[in-house]
Amino acid sequence: MAYSDKVIEHAENPRNVGTLDKEDPSVGTGLVGAPACGDVMRLQIKVTDGGVIEDAKFKTFGCGSAIASSSLATEWLKGRTLDEAETIKNTDIVAELNLPPVKIHCSVLAEDAIKSAIDDYRKKQASRRAQG
Amino acid sequence: MALKLPIYMDYHATTPVDPRVLETMIPYFTEKFGNAASRSHRFGWEGEEAVGYAREQVATLINAEKPEEIVFTSGASESNNLALKGVAEFYKDKGSHIITTKVEHKAVLDTCKRLEKQGLTVTYLDVDKTGLVSVDDVRNAITDKTILVSVMLANNEVGAVQPIGEIGKLCKERGVLFHVDAVQGIGKTEFDVRAMGVDLASITAHKIYGPKGVGALYVRRSKPRVRISAQVDGGGHERGMRSGTLNVTGIVGFGKACEVLTQTWRDEVRKIEAQRNRLAERIFKNLDEVYLNGPALDSGKRLPNNLNVSFAYVEGEGLMMAIKDVAVSSGSACTSASLEPSYVLRALGVDEELAHTSIRFGLGRFTTDEEVDFVADLVVGKVKKLRDLSPLYEMAKEGIDIKSIQWAAH
Repeated sequence: MAYSDKVIEHAENPRNVGTLDKEDPSVGTGLVGAPACGDVMRLQIKVTDGGVIEDAKFKTFGCGSAIASSSLATEWLKGRTLDEAETIKNTDIVAELNLPPVKIHCSVLAEDAIKSAIDDYRKKQASRRAQG
Repeated sequence: MALKLPIYMDYHATTPVDPRVLETMIPYFTEKFGNAASRSHRFGWEGEEAVGYAREQVATLINAEKPEEIVFTSGASESNNLALKGVAEFYKDKGSHIITTKVEHKAVLDTCKRLEKQGLTVTYLDVDKTGLVSVDDVRNAITDKTILVSVMLANNEVGAVQPIGEIGKLCKERGVLFHVDAVQGIGKTEFDVRAMGVDLASITAHKIYGPKGVGALYVRRSKPRVRISAQVDGGGHERGMRSGTLNVTGIVGFGKACEVLTQTWRDEVRKIEAQRNRLAERIFKNLDEVYLNGPALDSGKRLPNNLNVSFAYVEGEGLMMAIKDVAVSSGSACTSASLEPSYVLRALGVDEELAHTSIRFGLGRFTTDEEVDFVADLVVGKVKKLRDLSPLYEMAKEGIDIKSIQWAAH
């Protein structure tokens, strides 16, 4: 199976690879997938007090499509509000990267990673307010 | 000299046709195109003679007693089907039990599954953690209903070379027929049907620098005389065992490929083994957490051209994409439609996590030292890069036990 040019481009030059401090209250971390299934994505967002994603980082264990999906997700997340970020759908990723049917699960995983990171951030904020 | 890309290191999958083989085949496409079954004219005689000569070349390579013991087929999948189904049908009054292993090729395993549906019993033997079957396990599995034992000469994924001679001896003692899928081992490890007590053997041309679409089933004619029921009916070609107009051109190429191998294989093994060891050494020296799958390189129980390694924390397909100028294969789930990692690695007890990170390198006749060095350096560089990208590698380096995490299966 041949990869699309966009997948190859992202996999060869992944954007926003890295790690944010997961203890930082302004950082939300999503860790999804499983090593036994062949893909694990960790996606992190750093959110301003105004609710805007100012930074996004990822690391992914997986095939080229999984790496490209998470790389693309971080690109899309930066500058968006949390509400806007939540509207990103796996089908948007499929369309942008021309993923074939057998690789759709990579896009689903990326969507899960986004949701999980936002969720983690919101939980942290809620527990801070409860403590504060 | 500049390297020519892409580099082919997937010789277990197939091989290019050797120029000597191609040259031998060419006249049979256009001038000598006769049907080997045409008895009434020169075109047919020419074809028949060419097939006869090829039969001798194939027989010589595996040390068959007579050329008539070679039945030409479309390839090893057909040969495996014919051996198992043909024996099961012919000997159905004698017994209904077959013994094989969990690491056979799908052409054997799926044929066994079908035979089970038809009422036969099949024992699938476990292998040890290097992929080797135990002769004692074969002995213990034989019952008075057993008609056939089928074990591969060498495994296509991890290169494990099975104790064929010992199993052959055992089968003779117990009066059970012995089939060997010899596809991967031919020309890379000793294979002698007479010395090893083999009754049926499947081989194919395209793994030994011959053309695709032609193979053979060796069917022993004496001590014992092995009988099989034909699975393709028609003109009664191949002494009634396999009807269908013979692929004369392909058979001529197959014969030539066998002849070349008979003359060169021992030298070739030395060359390939040195290159395989050089590749392994360079990879293991420059990377941590790389695990060999299959028998040790110096064990004498591994194909000389096979290297199968797991690069922990780097998914196999992701790595293949990063080294896309090199053709290899992976036991990763992502390479198959089923999303299941390799059943062979699973049979060896390799963790699923590590199975997903496995890469199989297959070296061959035309592999050069320059290619080996290029591939080794490329792999080392890309594995390091992908580990920088891997959340699992980061966690492992922080001392987090990956297995202690509650992962959500998906």
